[in-house]
Amino acid sequence: MEQKSKGIMGWVDERYPATVTWEKHLAKYYTPKNFNFWYFFGSLAFMVLVIQILSGVFLTMFYKPDTALAFQSVEMGIMRDVEWGWLIRYFHSTGASAFFIVVYLHMFRALLYGSYKKPRELIWIFGMLIFLALMAEGFMGYLLPWGQMSFWGAQVIINLVSAIPFVGEDLSIWVRGDFVIGDATLNRFFSLHVAAIPLILIGLIFAHIVALHQVGSNNPDGVEIKKNKDENGIPKDGIPFHPYYSVKDIVGVVVFLMFFSIVVFFMPEMFGYFLEHANFEPANPLKTPEHIAPVWYFTPYYSVLRAVPSIAGSAFPGVIAMGAAIVVLFFLPWLDRNPVKSIRYRAGWYKILVAIFVVAFIVLGVLGTLAPTDGRTLLAQICTAYYFAFFLLMPIYTKLEKNKPVPERVTMK
Amino acid sequence: MSADAVNNSKRRLLVAATSVVGAVGAGFVAVPFVKSWNPSAKALAAGAPVLADISKLEEGQMITVEWRGKPVYILKRTDENMNALESDTDMLADVNSDSSKQPEYCKNPGRSYDKHTKISVMEGVCTHLGCAPKYVPDLNNPFAGSLGDNWKGGFFCPCHGSIYDLSGRVYSSMPAPTNLPIPPYKYESDTVILIGQDGSNV
Repeated sequence: MEQKSKGIMGWVDERYPATVTWEKHLAKYYTPKNFNFWYFFGSLAFMVLVIQILSGVFLTMFYKPDTALAFQSVEMGIMRDVEWGWLIRYFHSTGASAFFIVVYLHMFRALLYGSYKKPRELIWIFGMLIFLALMAEGFMGYLLPWGQMSFWGAQVIINLVSAIPFVGEDLSIWVRGDFVIGDATLNRFFSLHVAAIPLILIGLIFAHIVALHQVGSNNPDGVEIKKNKDENGIPKDGIPFHPYYSVKDIVGVVVFLMFFSIVVFFMPEMFGYFLEHANFEPANPLKTPEHIAPVWYFTPYYSVLRAVPSIAGSAFPGVIAMGAAIVVLFFLPWLDRNPVKSIRYRAGWYKILVAIFVVAFIVLGVLGTLAPTDGRTLLAQICTAYYFAFFLLMPIYTKLEKNKPVPERVTMK
Repeated sequence: MSADAVNNSKRRLLVAATSVVGAVGAGFVAVPFVKSWNPSAKALAAGAPVLADISKLEEGQMITVEWRGKPVYILKRTDENMNALESDTDMLADVNSDSSKQPEYCKNPGRSYDKHTKISVMEGVCTHLGCAPKYVPDLNNPFAGSLGDNWKGGFFCPCHGSIYDLSGRVYSSMPAPTNLPIPPYKYESDTVILIGQDGSNV
């Protein structure tokens, strides 16, 4: 490390840790050699972030955060008048959904291979904070086009605040800046969406990666590669991130961009899931759309909200349940008491529990897009119960697991 | 100066004092930022009462006026509707509107003024999450959902399926916890209603 290089890099390195940083985080950052496709989603999430920032910066140049102008500036200005504006907007709207697809898969990878377990608890917590910031970003961004679904979606979510006992009503007026969702709300959401939350997001992503590079990546076997080092102190099962995984990740990016382009060019509305049909009508505070559903990435939690009936004249329990469904994830590193990380070496019945959890989560998501009926509400209640049981009973059942032997070194299956 | 000369307790005191003063200062600076989110003077002025003319309102008809950005329903009910309010009371969550929001002069089965019992004024804001319930007067309506043939007209919230009767009283075991709120209002004359200001039932 201490060797002096010459030339321009030598001059720079005396003043700025350029080469050291490059080596520490890329060229000599040793990564397990057995990554499978689940490990694409971290770099893909970063890729989508870049797409969102680039397209977002340009959309901001043409968008007008004013209730009288917002809808026009999007549907007329950006979509029709601005050259290529439609493409930039579809990059952004498709990118929003892509972000959540990629992040949900990234989180599921962590669940599969126990990537949240010691010593990676902080990576998981920073990741959860990123997830929260992302949800805030998605929610506030959805208000900006000022369509019917923008307005009524925000109406439903901000009213969650007023369900809080005692202070709820005043708090919701404070959030809206008016007695109704209006200009004041649109302007502050615009500011938060384009400036505040992206800054927080970038800070959290930085911390997420710093924490990851401090302890090193987990892998599909859940084996710590740092336990087996050669005489030079390099993990025997490690390969430098660059060029090995930087090249591999490019393959992931190419495949991702193929799917991304298909959506952007051929189905940007994704049958009403990425851009809801009601949003092609300007916001009208006096007319509720026939059916209000949030964008798909919120629907699992929306289902949890709806599954809990109001108790003693207050809708607050549903709000608590929805919040708890997210908060419980923060505690995952301490709920799972099984020392074995990877699902490959855990009990067969645990795999079944995870599979049912995936089904329950998807069912909740689908139910959240549909109008409620008695049967659907019951199904949502069953899935909600399973969701919470899966996490809250973890400290008990993960201790009862009969694990398979974990190999000393990573395997290449 | 040698390390022995470092007065650690004095340092701790100074660090603590600086932190506390700094935190108090940060707290004060937060005030203008937090307060800037309150409704502006303009928004407050826009919350003034509004007039509604009901001279052309027919029985069974409903009009919507906007007050503080909220839809306010003004519904003129038929005699048949008024009778229907007396039946099915066992299916309602808050028959006497005890835990619901309304002015004292509207706390009765019709949830209206004694002199104008048939006229119902209420906020079209579902008490669950603030959607606008739809007026569904006709029988055999698919929106009647779980009620089926017992549907005697009322309101259906498209968001989460809450149902209210024609007085805005919510049915039991719905997502919505309470009856539709009634804003303060008074009769300026027999055909003009002022929404946003209290009247009295005498």
